[in-house]
Amino acid sequence: MSEINNNYEKSITVNGLTKRFDEFTAVDNISFEVKRGEIFGFLGPNGSGKSTTIRMLCGILEPSGGNASVLGIDVAAHPEEIKQHIGYMSQKFSLYDDLTVIENLDFYGGVYGLKNDRLAKRKDFVLEMAGLKGREHELAANLSTGWKQRLALGCAIIHEPEMVFLDEPTGGVDPVSRRNFWEMLYHMAESGTTLFVTTHYMDEAEHCHRIGFIYQGKMIALGTPDQLKQQNMKGDIIEVAIDTSQEALQAVAGAPGVDEAYFYGATIHAKVDSVKRDVQAIEKYLKGLKFKGFSIRAVQPSLEDVFVNLIQDIR
Amino acid sequence: MHKPIIEIENLIVDFPGVRAVDGISIKVGEGEIFGLVGPDGAGKTTTIRVLSTILKPALGSVKIWGNDIVLNPRSVRGKIGYMSQKFNLYGDLTVEENLRFFADIYGLSDDERAKRTKELLHFARLENFTDRRAEFLSGGMKQKLALACTLIYEPKILFLDEPTTGVDPVSRREFWAILSELRSRGVTLFVSTPYMDEAERCSTVAFMDGGKIRICDSPRSIKASFSGEIVELTAKPQHEARRIIGGLSYVRDVEVYGERLQLTVARAAEAVERLKQDLSGKVELASVAIKNPTMESAFIELIKEGTGVQGMII
Repeated sequence: MSEINNNYEKSITVNGLTKRFDEFTAVDNISFEVKRGEIFGFLGPNGSGKSTTIRMLCGILEPSGGNASVLGIDVAAHPEEIKQHIGYMSQKFSLYDDLTVIENLDFYGGVYGLKNDRLAKRKDFVLEMAGLKGREHELAANLSTGWKQRLALGCAIIHEPEMVFLDEPTGGVDPVSRRNFWEMLYHMAESGTTLFVTTHYMDEAEHCHRIGFIYQGKMIALGTPDQLKQQNMKGDIIEVAIDTSQEALQAVAGAPGVDEAYFYGATIHAKVDSVKRDVQAIEKYLKGLKFKGFSIRAVQPSLEDVFVNLIQDIR
Repeated sequence: MHKPIIEIENLIVDFPGVRAVDGISIKVGEGEIFGLVGPDGAGKTTTIRVLSTILKPALGSVKIWGNDIVLNPRSVRGKIGYMSQKFNLYGDLTVEENLRFFADIYGLSDDERAKRTKELLHFARLENFTDRRAEFLSGGMKQKLALACTLIYEPKILFLDEPTTGVDPVSRREFWAILSELRSRGVTLFVSTPYMDEAERCSTVAFMDGGKIRICDSPRSIKASFSGEIVELTAKPQHEARRIIGGLSYVRDVEVYGERLQLTVARAAEAVERLKQDLSGKVELASVAIKNPTMESAFIELIKEGTGVQGMII
């Protein structure tokens, strides 16, 4: 895209962005930046303001307050221009089921005004990248969810945007497709494309370079996954490999030094003030309750631990 | 396994043009938390609808407590509960009124209703919200109210279709604590979920895709089946580290997790030492550590190995 102002330093700059619907404030004074070539994960439960924010950044919805620019373009002043320069992939994969793979690409290429050589080149690139060569003439309706997802991404980037918004892109795909999809995103980021990804999967957020966590319209944390774990966790997390009975959970929750205990996979995790200080006492306490054959070890907090901690502080 | 309470044999469900459930067989023991994991469109919801007697299958048999529920759905109604993905709460009724409505439908007496309502409000951690209209509850609270409504007549088996999808992490934890409490009271739970970490909390997990069950076992056995070990490292510049690691014979697979790289190797301890050598002087190795394999790693390996599954993977 030649006409774009290439002097922008940040792919996204957001300052005090707010959206009100009548009495309800969906997005409440949020600020953040996204660097070029970064994969930024925008996390939050359903209804927290994720989609509203994306829609403002894509120039679809007018902000009620604050400002935001994408690729150096102000979203409120030039919403139409923004749409030309970004790619958008929604969780619903807006594909035409009754068109073939290549016809879908032709259609989206046409929407963005690509013609002749350039269209041919871009289609070729996208087919290659998405591994869709050899499937050009299959109907979109007949593709599995994993393949549909790749085609949807291909359509979203047919015009070679510098910035792509992905709204819950991997919602319902199998783990193998999900892994391959992330592989594609990394390749795009390495070649300089900026990616803004929303998700409510905590494990998926670990894939992102940086994360913003939005809750009830407010940005409650911002940083790399490692930073968030180091800065926002008070105390330590231990893993007790015991069993997943209610009795075991209650026993761990009642042990000395334990703030909170919860099931984590097939084990129980507990938040303690200090691993060093508390582990022996907990072991002794559980043995006193006739639990046998269990083990305790310190574990790195997960992103979920971090967000639970942050949310509990707010409530 | 305890004695099977649910027995599904060769279940097939067809919709116009699609075979949604393609010949699955599952046994669920009494007192289990049985997890059905899989992507959208795998057939999870359809399976749960058949089990809750809402949908008739094309073929196959489903027995609950030994009763054939396809031939005789009435034999289990009132003893099983079903919570759908989009539960029909009445938005303009309060929390308490919703419970009252469901109590009336199931014909509870006034005394019974009062007693159960009080219990369930406590159980679902909703005591402080009894007068709030359902439409003004958060996603997590709505799910808890929906569960409470399902529990009003004390079903012995509960079918839950993606009960925690999209709810905030605190509510998700609370919801699972509630499920565990139900299990300790002897309720058998059959839960579908797209979250791998939730699958790990179940006593048995079935991975469903394309209408078929690909894997069905305990989380422990599934993880134990993973043939490799995992090493995680951070190195700068990452793309250079990736390039070098890609050429190392003892590394089977590399996956990027933001700033970190996750490697599958045969023996982690040995690989850590060799990596330190192979990367030294070429990239800056910030950290390297051995990690436990996740359920997802094991699933991916099993799916890739599985016969007749190639069509579904990339």
